[in-house]
Amino acid sequence: MLSKRIIACLDVRDGKLVKSVQFVDTKEVGDPVAAARSYYEDGIDELVFYDITASSDRRDIMIDVVSEVASQVFIPFSVGGGLRSVEDCGRVLAAGAEKVNLNTAAVENPELITEVSEAFGAQAVVLSMDVRKNDALAVLTSGYEIVTHGGRKPTGMDAVKWAIRGEKLGAGELVVNAIDTDGMREGYELILTRIISDSVSIPVIASGGGGHPEHLDEAFTLGGADAALVASMLHYGDYSVHDIKSYLDELGLPVRLT
Amino acid sequence: MIHIIDYEAGNATSVKRALDHMGVASTITKDSDEVRGAERLIFPGVGRAKSAMRVLKETGIDRALTDAYWHRIPILGICIGCQIIMTRSEEDEANCLDLIQGNCRRFEPVQEHTKVPHMGWNRLAVKRHHPILEGLSPIDEVYFVHSYYPEPSESSHVFATSDHEIEFTAALGHRNLFAVQFHVEKSGPVGLRMLKNFAEWDGETDDV
Repeated sequence: MLSKRIIACLDVRDGKLVKSVQFVDTKEVGDPVAAARSYYEDGIDELVFYDITASSDRRDIMIDVVSEVASQVFIPFSVGGGLRSVEDCGRVLAAGAEKVNLNTAAVENPELITEVSEAFGAQAVVLSMDVRKNDALAVLTSGYEIVTHGGRKPTGMDAVKWAIRGEKLGAGELVVNAIDTDGMREGYELILTRIISDSVSIPVIASGGGGHPEHLDEAFTLGGADAALVASMLHYGDYSVHDIKSYLDELGLPVRLT
Repeated sequence: MIHIIDYEAGNATSVKRALDHMGVASTITKDSDEVRGAERLIFPGVGRAKSAMRVLKETGIDRALTDAYWHRIPILGICIGCQIIMTRSEEDEANCLDLIQGNCRRFEPVQEHTKVPHMGWNRLAVKRHHPILEGLSPIDEVYFVHSYYPEPSESSHVFATSDHEIEFTAALGHRNLFAVQFHVEKSGPVGLRMLKNFAEWDGETDDV
């Protein structure tokens, strides 16, 4: 049986980690490669790097980071942020990432999902969706809306319909990132994660709100997620990957222990 | 020296990085003569069986690899490299190298929540001992990404299985050829150890 995956999320700007990662050696704080290696050694199943570098002419730094991570960390990892074309994705994959995360660029140009999927395979394409609850708009039949630009820009698109369309267009996995619960550490958005997980046949990754190991249990059991993204609960050193997995293992969930 | 075959099907560089990390000397090659003359070969790959076979035929690597197999060069196949050593694949009805008899079949899950591709970490059940699997513990997991799996005609060619609604072959071999459906180069310390084991393998498989 497949294990439930725990994916650590690292935000990178100009080649540096944005949030500090507590258990990394002081001298290495801010180094995404060192953080990636620490999580790898602690048993993380996968990593995702979000490049939040503002200026596009500094994006080459991220390629160096990807290539360095790929030389030191021997688990799958994906890269998102600023990928607008098949060529952008190709560079990240050639540097050693397994997958690319498409978000705003896919909303603006859904064909991009198909193009990247045809060029590199569906397994390389993760459609990352930022979602926000919105009961006010009748077209949003699920009550959840796709938003872009870090939640600042509503799109009027229904989250569940976009997930189904994303799968049809060629995405191999979906990240359901709940903007409302992100950073609150009060648990994942379970209802929407469940609806999406029941509506598609590709893996669904819960994101936004994980603060305690029980939140991951909820995401996997109630939310039906195949994987969960964790950030602050690891970065601030409250829990290790090992702590989270031991907790889930005791509850009888399949997790990778070695 | 290990020659890693690059046939435009992906992960040759990832495999090289993993070998570098383990201190194992390797080089990437697209040259059929180098494949024939290699001391040891890794045959990786991601993508589709048919397009992989087309590239192999165009470059003559299909015959070089077959020659290498019959000349008892130790070969490790990974992922698509594990599928196209079979007779044929259901994927695009592709005829493959036929080094090991049997076909590749697609997962056809009946349970609603079993997803295809089979993507993620899963355990292995060892069916037969093999030097490449040396040191593997029952709780160790490896990383898979695939929609098709090999089904050897001879059960004695199956060395390890995994489980995705059905039990399927995850590692198979015969003589000097061993092949894994999972990505050893992305399976953490467990996968790195298998690569190291391959680098030290004498290319002999016990007959049953």
